[in-house]
Amino acid sequence: MSSHNESILREPLVTGKNITYAKVTADILVPVENKPNKAWWIGFIVSVLGALLWVGAVSYTFWVGIGAWGLNKTVGWAWDITGFVWWVGIGHAGTLISAVLLLFRQNWRNSINRSAEAMTIFAVICAATYVVSHMGRPWLAYWVFPLPNQFGSLWVNFNSPLVWDVFAISTYFSVSLVFWYTGLLPDIATIRDRATGLRRRIYSIFSFGWNGSVKTWQRFEIVSLILAGVSTPLVLSVHTIVSMDFATSVIPGWHTTIFPPYFVAGAIFSGFAMVQTLLLIARKVLGFENYITMFHIESMNKIIILTGSVVGVAYLTELFIAWYSGAEYEQYAFLNRVSGPYWWAYWCMMTCNVISPQLFWFKKIRTSIAASWILSIVVNIGMWFERFVIIVTSLHRDYLPSSWVMFYPSTIDVCIFIGSIGVFFTLFLLFLRVLPAIAMAEVKLLLKSSSDQAKQKLIKEGAVDKIHAQFYTDSLDKYDSVSPEVEYTRN
Amino acid sequence: MSNAKYILGHFEDPDDLMHGIDQLQTNDISIYDVFTPMPIHGIEAKLGVKRSRLPIVAFCCGLTGTIAAFSMIYYMLVIDWPIDIGGKPAFAFPDFVPIMFEVTVLFCSFGIVGMFFFRNHLFPGRAPRVMDLRATNDRFIIAIDAKKNPHPDKIDSLLKGAGAVEVMHNDRKYVSYE
Repeated sequence: MSSHNESILREPLVTGKNITYAKVTADILVPVENKPNKAWWIGFIVSVLGALLWVGAVSYTFWVGIGAWGLNKTVGWAWDITGFVWWVGIGHAGTLISAVLLLFRQNWRNSINRSAEAMTIFAVICAATYVVSHMGRPWLAYWVFPLPNQFGSLWVNFNSPLVWDVFAISTYFSVSLVFWYTGLLPDIATIRDRATGLRRRIYSIFSFGWNGSVKTWQRFEIVSLILAGVSTPLVLSVHTIVSMDFATSVIPGWHTTIFPPYFVAGAIFSGFAMVQTLLLIARKVLGFENYITMFHIESMNKIIILTGSVVGVAYLTELFIAWYSGAEYEQYAFLNRVSGPYWWAYWCMMTCNVISPQLFWFKKIRTSIAASWILSIVVNIGMWFERFVIIVTSLHRDYLPSSWVMFYPSTIDVCIFIGSIGVFFTLFLLFLRVLPAIAMAEVKLLLKSSSDQAKQKLIKEGAVDKIHAQFYTDSLDKYDSVSPEVEYTRN
Repeated sequence: MSNAKYILGHFEDPDDLMHGIDQLQTNDISIYDVFTPMPIHGIEAKLGVKRSRLPIVAFCCGLTGTIAAFSMIYYMLVIDWPIDIGGKPAFAFPDFVPIMFEVTVLFCSFGIVGMFFFRNHLFPGRAPRVMDLRATNDRFIIAIDAKKNPHPDKIDSLLKGAGAVEVMHNDRKYVSYE
């Protein structure tokens, strides 16, 4: 692989001059091997405060029961399940990047997979906390598993999608964790071999004795490929099953066969938005501009526009089918969403998820860091509203008009939500400090074929067509990590 | 030099490393192992390393998962405590499928990773069998057993000729982490 030259027409995945294997290691380990800077501390303190808020709010919920939330007789699911589905959806991008893009041989995944997978794990942790709190009696959480019990061994009901979800989420979490950690082993070994004293001992334990021999790498690659192969259907099944929690019920607005593909597209959509939110900041603060380049940002924006459009088509299909089905309850559910008391939530969802991502058709916006970041936040907000709209507007006007109500979140609801974001960022910031945020071994693979310096060398040697070389040089214009002066002096 | 147990050829470039392997092999010098900071494609074929059988392990574990999940659900839902849900049959196979799938993936993943760790002796706290600290950073290293291969000078010149930036004669096999 290393001895083949990649087509000059492909944009570089690693930029910068004099990037050697040693420099890749040194650059990526800067945040791990040095004391954190002020930006990290500020972020960390704010996140920990958020996490403490979460601990307080969840403890209060455990103490008094879920009456602490704004739920009522009609609306039995609201912010809790909204938060759960939101977090699980966010998690999907990590697996998509690490598994699906590996199967499709998309080499640009190599520098973003590590942090995206970490994001997956932390997002699923946040999602799981919602499920457990939502149970009301969390100390009985083990009842969801088919364990022998004293009720005559009354088993869980395997016909229920809620039980499928238990298996799906726990499998998803544990497989993602194993996939992530196996990928981390070579990089932990790198830290180990550069460290001294106590740090070396600690990283030595966690490196599992990795030494990078031929057989180790051979098996490592097979394991990665097979894990990617099984994770791909797994990630699709997880959000399919989450959507079945709704779709197999008889609630108008939920009982639709479009839910699985629509939820999966939405999950990837929101997940990529969260990856953008995190990485655009991380690349700047940690100085990863040469590894997470404009090509990565633009590629992710393209996935956002694709999945956002799929979600948009799904919204319109739902409306059309509600009208076309002639089922009056279904029709009312959607009429109520569009123009009922929650119209603002519906239109917020429509604007954030369907309309604003279309701005990414413009190359200027797609390759602007500020615009990408703002739009990623907009998508995160929109996807939260999507789940809120699906859950609350379908429930709050049920079959009996006398029980029609509005849902108002309690302070505890709000605190748990804000707190879960704090928990997520606390975990993510700790991850950035102790583990390499970019898979070093995988980036090293790209150095000889897909880096700017390798391509510049080809141009210099005159090994490529002049027109192609010009095309390549023009494509570098959008890169913020490549300055034109440097390019011209080099040629 | 006579005490040297292992000769390590350090390369900075994977292509030079491959060239070095060719040079050693044409001169009938056996290679103990190669340590690299990243996977090198095509090196297994060159060194005659056999294809990994891990995919078979993955398949067997996955199949075990499928069967385990089916048997569990069948026992619980059909044999041990059938639930009458509107008179529908207890053996509702389509409802079994999602969990059968999830457990298949679970067993397959843990099986293959477990077997990978077992076969490569990877476990928390294991003393790393590392011959040179830079092999996990920026050096591609060929290790040659000096006891089995006489003429260290010839090995030196072959490695240097292939582009090795450094050749080391080590008295002890592994780096001490103490």
